[in-house]
Amino acid sequence: MLTYAVRRLVLLVPVLLGVTLITFTLTRVIPGNPIDQLISPLASQQERQRLIHQHGLDQPIYDQYFTYVRDLAHGDLGTSFTTSQSVLKDLVSRFAATFELTLYAMLVAILIGVPLGIASAVWVNRWVDHLARVLSVSGIALPVFWTSLTLLYLLFFRLHVLPAPYGRIDPGITQPRHITGLFTVDAFFTGNWNAFRSVAEALILPVGVLAFVVMAPIARITRSGMLEALESDYVRAARSLGLSERSVVLRHALRNALLPLITMIAVVYGYLLGGVVLVEEIFAWPGLGRYVFDGITSSDYPAVQGFILYATTIYILLFLVVDMLYMAIDPRIRTARERR
Amino acid sequence: MAPILEVSGLTAEFPSPSGAVRVLDGVDFEVQDGEILGIVGESGSGKTMTALSVTRLLPPAAEIVGGEILFRGSNLLGLSGREMNRIRGEQISMIFQNPRASLNPLYRVEKTLEHVLGTHRNLSGESARRAAFELLADVGLQPERVLGRYPHELSGGMCQRVMIAYALASRPSMLIADEPTTALDVTIQLQIIELLSRLREEHGLTLILITHNLSVVAELCDRVVVMYLGKIVEEGPVLEIFDRPKHPYTVGLLASRPAVHAGGGDVATIPGQVPDARERPTGCPFHTRCPHAKELCSEQPPAKEEIGAGHAVACHFWREIS
Amino acid sequence: MSAAAAAASRARGGIAGRLIAIGRWSRANPVTAAGFAIILSLVAMAMLAPVVAPFGATDLDPTSVLAPPSASHFFGTGTFGEDIFSRVLFGARYDLLIGFGAVAIGLFLGCSLGAVAGFLGDPFDEVIMRVMDMLSAFPGFILAMGIAGALGPSLRNLVIAISLVNVPIYARLMRASFLVVKESQYATAAIGVGAHPLRILVWHLLPNTWTPIFVQATLQFGYAILDAAGLSFIGLGVRLPTPEWGVMMSLGIERIISGQWWVSFFPGLAIAVAVMGFNLIGDGLRDLLDPRRR
Repeated sequence: MLTYAVRRLVLLVPVLLGVTLITFTLTRVIPGNPIDQLISPLASQQERQRLIHQHGLDQPIYDQYFTYVRDLAHGDLGTSFTTSQSVLKDLVSRFAATFELTLYAMLVAILIGVPLGIASAVWVNRWVDHLARVLSVSGIALPVFWTSLTLLYLLFFRLHVLPAPYGRIDPGITQPRHITGLFTVDAFFTGNWNAFRSVAEALILPVGVLAFVVMAPIARITRSGMLEALESDYVRAARSLGLSERSVVLRHALRNALLPLITMIAVVYGYLLGGVVLVEEIFAWPGLGRYVFDGITSSDYPAVQGFILYATTIYILLFLVVDMLYMAIDPRIRTARERR
Repeated sequence: MAPILEVSGLTAEFPSPSGAVRVLDGVDFEVQDGEILGIVGESGSGKTMTALSVTRLLPPAAEIVGGEILFRGSNLLGLSGREMNRIRGEQISMIFQNPRASLNPLYRVEKTLEHVLGTHRNLSGESARRAAFELLADVGLQPERVLGRYPHELSGGMCQRVMIAYALASRPSMLIADEPTTALDVTIQLQIIELLSRLREEHGLTLILITHNLSVVAELCDRVVVMYLGKIVEEGPVLEIFDRPKHPYTVGLLASRPAVHAGGGDVATIPGQVPDARERPTGCPFHTRCPHAKELCSEQPPAKEEIGAGHAVACHFWREIS
Repeated sequence: MSAAAAAASRARGGIAGRLIAIGRWSRANPVTAAGFAIILSLVAMAMLAPVVAPFGATDLDPTSVLAPPSASHFFGTGTFGEDIFSRVLFGARYDLLIGFGAVAIGLFLGCSLGAVAGFLGDPFDEVIMRVMDMLSAFPGFILAMGIAGALGPSLRNLVIAISLVNVPIYARLMRASFLVVKESQYATAAIGVGAHPLRILVWHLLPNTWTPIFVQATLQFGYAILDAAGLSFIGLGVRLPTPEWGVMMSLGIERIISGQWWVSFFPGLAIAVAVMGFNLIGDGLRDLLDPRRR
């Protein structure tokens, strides 16, 4: 299994290179010279030439690409136009905020979506199934930014149940001491209940909204995977052996339904990555999504590009993890792959 | 000897856009304790449906609309899902046609065996392991080589043996085998048949064997029931049926066995095809293909008549069949 | 009866007969029918907007800034006194157009590439599929963001960005069917029928292909609208004052905290309805065309 993992990682390299190629192409497609971002149009020709040379923009295009990739390999993602800091540093400092959001969103989506999918399959075409279908279609169709705004209005402005969108924590409360960067974890382990409460309150709506979007495909794929398993020969045989229905559903059917589910979790993480860009701005969340949103508004292309590379790399790695999990769960795939 | 199973008037239907399709039409038969009963017929005859009805494992769309299934006196059709589940495994077990498909591909053999042993015989740990060993050895497998394996690593014959081991793990009184050998090689078929025969001897098992292979019936069964289009057309002791078949369908089936014509010549076939269950012939279901069909046959369905020596037939003109 | 009258009554019976058939089909497939009803209403909205809308899309009423929904302004007014109801109606034109454009271009490009890859095999197959893999390596919205960001915010670039993101999906579907054709080609050759491959393609392959592609395209129509709205929301798509639903919603972000919920609510609702409509159609079609049902 280890050799397989290594082999897959090696195969990742061309894909990653391809990603950098596409991203690089995108940057060079921008109308106008990137230099114009950095310098006032009134500057002298000399100044412009100096900057052009400094940024290597007078080199042939393939040289530029090589430099680009070489820099990437060294972790140099460029410098943000707005913060004047290295993009990598910017990304790292904002990572925890977004990670906390997406982690909880994913957990909630799975904890609600999977049982919902199982219930829909076990009680096909009864009210649970119909309810699940309504929730699924809503989750997919209702734009995440619309749900955010509407719920924010209802729960904050109207009902005062939830706090204003000031970000991760009430500005009047000090942040918990930094251990992991995840405020909930940090507050919990330092016994800072005041901060914990504030952070949890701030998380409810953004996590809820993101989870709602992501829960829909999860519930559906669980449902279809379960239906297929429940109609299979081996489930019929398990029933004929007198195994309890609970055992049949949870041990035999569910395990087989896990396979498509895992793939869907990776796919759905892609939606989350896109979703944070939309949601963080609304909730003033100091994460990667807001970073990229601001970057777009201020044409800070290195920042946007850095985020795209980061998001895509995570996405690709996630699929690799899914592949490994597949092998761990399904012995048939293990045998087939080992034979190769 | 009291019959362990009595089926009477069993009728089952499938809904379809053009109306309900009747797949079992008033099936009656009995199984004696300890005997091996064969149920034969072509595809579409309803033999599998009968088996699935007894174990109440019909596909969710199908519905039993009438009849009784008495197992040791109690009507299985009146039981709740949980009560029926207790009967399955402990009293009645079933093995299916495609052995590899009936095994969960994600679990090793020992895992499922442990589930069954845990559920029905309350065994776990070392005692479960020992029991698993015995069961696999009993069905002619080498336990050390099979227990840790996944279904896709086993041959078809081995899968079927594993299935039989599972089915017998809970020590049922009756085993229903739905075409246990159809998906297997001929040499393996013989082995499985021998295995079933031996198991019947050793455990006093009642066996219902569903097959379209008449030679298997001849080898193994005490009595046989012949089905056509959801009805029983003839039943009786194997020797009696094979020597003196009285229903034209049975005659046709027996005549169409290739072995009979080993010396060359055409294999006799029954003309025509089994009608679609959605277009049931009126009267006797077989009359559309019967060489002896008369006017009465298309008007009135024949009732099953006892004709002596445990032999019964559902044909108006059985006396004319030689 | 004269020939003309007979023909007339047959025609009338034809239309009435058609309507009855549609009614019967709708009752049997309520989900798909609901989807169709929604989408047809949206199309009607788009087409009739200039006639039905009480105001123009860019008409401003400085006396009625940020007014809540009322009889004169069904959906209220925005920051500049624009009538949101009218803008939502006109917005249907833009969003439906974007969805259609994105799907059409993606379908055309994707199917062509997939066909070439499947039919011609290596080296085209390898190269094309590698490029498709690279495109699919990006999360969809992120890639669209990158492309739209690079090209600059405009309606045209929005359509291009979203269509490019969808190309790999159709390419893969198309290629898969073509590979099936190739197999059967060899099989047929072995049997010696020797039918021309193009014939097999047209008569046997395409009817089996179009089902999953059609279902995908219907679903993608809705998602394209969603993506377009999202991109416009963050400023990478259509620009003000164009009445596109997504960009309309971006105007409402700050307004929520001051309680003017209607500014983003109604455009967002329109997006949701559109996506739901296409989803229902796509799902319904998928169930209908599922070979297991037949």
